[in-house]
Amino acid sequence: MKKNSLNAWFKSGSPGIWMSGGAVSIAVIMTIGLLLVIAVRGLGHFWPADLLQATYAIPGQASHVVVGEVVQAEEVPLARLKGAGLPVPDNGPEFMTRELLKVGNRDIYGADFTWLVGDWLVDQKKPVELMTLVRREWGNFYGTLVSVKESGKVIAEGEAGWPTLQERIVRVEDLAKQLSKLEKKDIGAINHGLERLRLKTRKLELEKTLTAEAQADIDAERAELDAKYKGLESQLLELHHAVDRDSIVVREADGKEIEISLGKIVHAYQPNGMSVFTKLRMYFANLWEFLSDDPREANTEGGIFPAIFGTVMMTLIMAMIVTPFGVLAAVYLREYAKQGPLTRVIRIAVNNLAGVPAIVYGVFGLGFFVYVLGGSLDRLFFAEALPAPTFGTPGLMWASLTLAILAVPVVIVATEEGLARIPRAVREGSLALGATKAETLWKVVLPMASPAMMTGMILAVARAAGEVAPLMLVGVVKLAPSLPVDGNYPYLHLDQKIMHLGFHIYDVGFQSPNVEAARPLVYATALLLVMVIAGLNLSAVAIRNHLREKYKALDH
Amino acid sequence: MQHESQPHGINISALGREKQNLSLANEPVTLEVPGLSLFYGEKQALFDVKMNIPKQRVTAFIGPSGCGKSTLLRCFNRMNDLVDGCRVEGEINLDGTNIYRKGEDVAELRRRVGMVFQKPNPFPKSIYENVAYGLRIQGINQKRVLDEAVEQSLRGAALWDEVKDRLHESALGMSGGQQQRLVIARTIAVQPEVLLLDEPCSALDPISTLKVEELIYELKSKFTIVIVTHNMQQAARVSDYTAFMYMGKLIEFGDTDTLFTNPAKKQTEDYITGRYG
Repeated sequence: MKKNSLNAWFKSGSPGIWMSGGAVSIAVIMTIGLLLVIAVRGLGHFWPADLLQATYAIPGQASHVVVGEVVQAEEVPLARLKGAGLPVPDNGPEFMTRELLKVGNRDIYGADFTWLVGDWLVDQKKPVELMTLVRREWGNFYGTLVSVKESGKVIAEGEAGWPTLQERIVRVEDLAKQLSKLEKKDIGAINHGLERLRLKTRKLELEKTLTAEAQADIDAERAELDAKYKGLESQLLELHHAVDRDSIVVREADGKEIEISLGKIVHAYQPNGMSVFTKLRMYFANLWEFLSDDPREANTEGGIFPAIFGTVMMTLIMAMIVTPFGVLAAVYLREYAKQGPLTRVIRIAVNNLAGVPAIVYGVFGLGFFVYVLGGSLDRLFFAEALPAPTFGTPGLMWASLTLAILAVPVVIVATEEGLARIPRAVREGSLALGATKAETLWKVVLPMASPAMMTGMILAVARAAGEVAPLMLVGVVKLAPSLPVDGNYPYLHLDQKIMHLGFHIYDVGFQSPNVEAARPLVYATALLLVMVIAGLNLSAVAIRNHLREKYKALDH
Repeated sequence: MQHESQPHGINISALGREKQNLSLANEPVTLEVPGLSLFYGEKQALFDVKMNIPKQRVTAFIGPSGCGKSTLLRCFNRMNDLVDGCRVEGEINLDGTNIYRKGEDVAELRRRVGMVFQKPNPFPKSIYENVAYGLRIQGINQKRVLDEAVEQSLRGAALWDEVKDRLHESALGMSGGQQQRLVIARTIAVQPEVLLLDEPCSALDPISTLKVEELIYELKSKFTIVIVTHNMQQAARVSDYTAFMYMGKLIEFGDTDTLFTNPAKKQTEDYITGRYG
């Protein structure tokens, strides 16, 4: 009887339903869990953490005062602490708490982080006057304000200096903006112009048409640019002076005082005295800075805007290359090629191409696109710049192109399926009205297949946007000096190297000098990468659904 | 075939139609088939068909399934070219020119010989764009010309009053009968000489069928119409001439009245009296 009911249960198909349902739940839980983990770990970083001040008293040693953010606490077996040479009590509890404190002040202590045994942190308190200085170099500084100076003269002291400090930081920030605009835009344009002139001269030399007249023209232009630069240079110097005018004297936990120029300071705040609302405002300001700023300090601080920009740019260019290319190939395969063994072989090959490991494409891209194609382009069109390569070096175009071939099979397969689904009756209807095959294809079949093409593009974007390995070979770098789009002709610089979120994660997480400090950024960047790809996909899905509605297939 | 078995075929007068006195021999010819055979690969589908389709009359092809009537119809606008392995021997003359000659402009031929299919096949575009499609293909893009042609064609297809307020809505929202009349409107918009109708009512309900039949009756003053049908009453109702085909051969071709009331061949009589088919 029991066996029968078990048999019946199996026959009813319930186990299958449970299993498939379970598989779905596990997949959903894993996805949500993944997103949650990276979201929590990444987003927590931007919260202005309270500063702890305590006296660290290792038994039998002189105690000293520490100040910092508590990053993490863990239970450690006594034996391990003992092994590390710490004077732990022999008959104490089995575990002791160990806390990771971000003490900052890397210029003084040598390291940002330190592990401290919780039990020996006595006299813990959170004084309001403790402040966090976010600096352009050497990471954060934690301590107290002693005085504010203008041109070396003290103008405010102690807590009273705080409002003055905030004012001056705003002033410096303003100056820094002008400075960066001057350096990047104006001086950048001059440099661009000078480089163009150099290349022009070289080109004429190579063509042996460099007449005295031409040389004079070029010299005149160069002189003009030089003069302009002279003007800007003095402005630049002035600005630098203005930025360095003010400085502050600060005292770190143990009483040591140092002087910091205000030009080196990004923000100053006293987290212990801030209300939740102020902290929230600061949180979003920090988040915005992360999204919109350039990276600092070997990518471990600051923002990741160039990486976001590079990722989106590269993916868009990739999509613009891959879609027409894949669609044309699919149209030929499905509509024009004589169906036979050859087309079958081609289809199998296309499908298998989708399974080739990405790094192989990277190698191909480097070997063929960069060296062969890029090298030839350089010799043919950019001879004046040689031996410095223009296109014969990894860059945005080659990265996009490599990803395009990586993703093209997906587009071909999706488009072919879409073409196959167009009812024969509709094609015949068009042909019967006197349309040629090409007209039918262009006016009826392709519009009706456009949702399928969009599906292909979505899959291609999804595949390509998250790819990192091949990019390391064909154009992505740790730090790109400028964005691939700017105000200098030709505006979109396909030959430039770019930054990429995926590579940024790898670089910050594993190649950075300060792994501990960079860890939250790894999570935040990962979250952002997921969001960028999801955003690209969702917009493509929206376009597809719109098209689907428009070209709803004949449903009878 | 659900009609009653009668010794003399269908009672033409019972269908509400005047008895006509027509004779093939007196009619001007639009499509002349001096002898046509067609092969699908090795299999022969049409055997030396000889017939003349009269101008501005309705000619019906009847016969059991697979007898080759649709195949023959699709030879008139060379739709069979699209079928792999299809081979035609012989010729068809449209106004005296062989449409199977070398260098024939097939697209232009299909404009002159329009076709309406079994199932309505409107494009997933607006009603207006469906009708304007053929004209746009010919490079006509002036709005005034198109507007006029669209209205005329829709009126010609007895559809104007039903759709004039929603010309720019999708054609896929129409009923089956409306869609089929839209397809007819689309076809007559390019002003063909011949209209080929391949079982145009087989997917329609009786009322829509009636409307399409009335339309066919009106259209024959302007077009030469060839209709393939499975429904013998329909053939008797709408056609002036009827061809009976069987196993790829043309068995009998003559005016509808005579063919249905007094068939010359035993096979024709057997078919129209419902003995097989």
